[in-house]
Amino acid sequence: MKKAIITVVGKDQVGIIAKVCTYLADAQINILDISQTILQGYFNMMMIVDTSHAADEFSVLTDQLAVLGDEIGVTIRLQHEDIFNKMHRI
Amino acid sequence: MINLFEVAETNKMIEQENLDVRTITIGISLLDCIDANIDVLCQNIYHKITTVAKDLVETGEYIEKKYGIPIVNKRVSVTPIGFVGASACCSSEDFVKIAKVLDRCAHEIGVNFIGGYSAIVSKGMTKAEELLIRSIPQAMKETELVCSSVNVGSTKTGINMDAVKLIGKIVKDTAEITKENDSIGCAKLVVLCNAPDDNPFMAGAFHGVSEADSIINVGVSGPGVVRNAIKTAKGKEFGELCEIVKKTAFKITRVGQLVAREASAMLNIPFGIIDLSLAPTPAVGDSIADCLQEMGLERVGAPGTTAALAILNDQVKKGGVMASSYVGGLSGAFIPVSEDQGMIDAVEAGALTLEKLEAMTCVCSVGLDMIAIPGKTSAKTISGIIADEMAIGMINQKTTAVRIIPVIGKDVGETVEFGGLLGYAPIMPVNQFSCDEFIDRGGRIPAPIHSFKN
Repeated sequence: MKKAIITVVGKDQVGIIAKVCTYLADAQINILDISQTILQGYFNMMMIVDTSHAADEFSVLTDQLAVLGDEIGVTIRLQHEDIFNKMHRI
Repeated sequence: MINLFEVAETNKMIEQENLDVRTITIGISLLDCIDANIDVLCQNIYHKITTVAKDLVETGEYIEKKYGIPIVNKRVSVTPIGFVGASACCSSEDFVKIAKVLDRCAHEIGVNFIGGYSAIVSKGMTKAEELLIRSIPQAMKETELVCSSVNVGSTKTGINMDAVKLIGKIVKDTAEITKENDSIGCAKLVVLCNAPDDNPFMAGAFHGVSEADSIINVGVSGPGVVRNAIKTAKGKEFGELCEIVKKTAFKITRVGQLVAREASAMLNIPFGIIDLSLAPTPAVGDSIADCLQEMGLERVGAPGTTAALAILNDQVKKGGVMASSYVGGLSGAFIPVSEDQGMIDAVEAGALTLEKLEAMTCVCSVGLDMIAIPGKTSAKTISGIIADEMAIGMINQKTTAVRIIPVIGKDVGETVEFGGLLGYAPIMPVNQFSCDEFIDRGGRIPAPIHSFKN
């Protein structure tokens, strides 16, 4: 399993999760966990996903998600989970 | 499992506090390129560098995407050319030929800098090393990405004052020959004491002879992250302040370790060390001066500055060594003037002087870095400044360095613009009294008593 973290941050609006999830389904990326909250009017979502069956390279997925974010008007990042594990776990 | 807040903390560091991996540097040994024929030597060097480091930039970009962390520089360091060119180079012009080959390699593989146009002359100079040192002004003029360093002293050997005298003149000549570009040649030339073999940072990076054939060294950075962490400790006593800096340094270094391991695996080159140095950039908020001021100083340079820097440097190391098993290079805090907006502001406000900077170098890594001084400063005065800094390194068993720029045609009150990561700097006044007779003595300062440990 190749776990990665997707973060979506931006002004709250209708359909953010729907659009992101549609993209993930099309790209063959499986969602393992979702947590989401509204902080000071801003939409904050974190998804843990499995990219092992993804159709495209990791760097392509990163770019495509960034483009999708621009379309919706939010910031979407896809990062390998290790950067968080290394920083926050001994 | 990782939670939302931890993810948010990491991404805030990257997006708002300028956390980045400052450099991935491949060290490449050129010892197997040595040939008595200068043209063959140049060919061998070109072939080796462009083969070993050909995928460096691409790999760096891939890792940036994978982890979402910027990798600002990709660099190459090579075996000091003073060794490599010894049998082939009969003149300074021959050494310049090698510098041009290095420059061509750097452009072709797309790296930001290539270091190692260097001579290790801490005890004495060979004929070839002297030729290399004398070629530095021309080499700095004719190349763009080549960095040069000269190690003129160490705790074990003392200080080679003949080299110090010569290098004062070389710094001045380099300034003169690149005066059309605000003497920028001097920004690529550093004089060191106790130079480490595995430093990934420029201009002092070279691949020491004690190293393997090739190696990956990584420098992490994040003064902005440390500064924001210090902010949360406002009014707290020193124990708590130190704890916060240490924890932050740990987190930053772990990212560096991750990137280093990944790059090492992808390039199939062994991992060497992580350099823990906090390195500023001219970007607002990415400043060591800001970290010190956040501790409670009105301006960097105020009384208490050296103590604050000592705390910062020590805690960064303590957090860093827990995060990576192999730390090396310079590992501390850099205090370049032109590359740090807080330092520039302090100089312009009259808070920070050359003498205070010298005192600060006793407790942090490196030394007098990226300091612009009047162009009329004499070569011997520059040698004197270098000798002082080398003495601090020699006695304290640490690395010290001098990278000063006598800006030809400019004087105190003016500023000089280097551009990019090198930033800009106000010209700082230099003590006007002479040290000519002292420098003219020549010879060697013996190693200090505490170097005799055998």
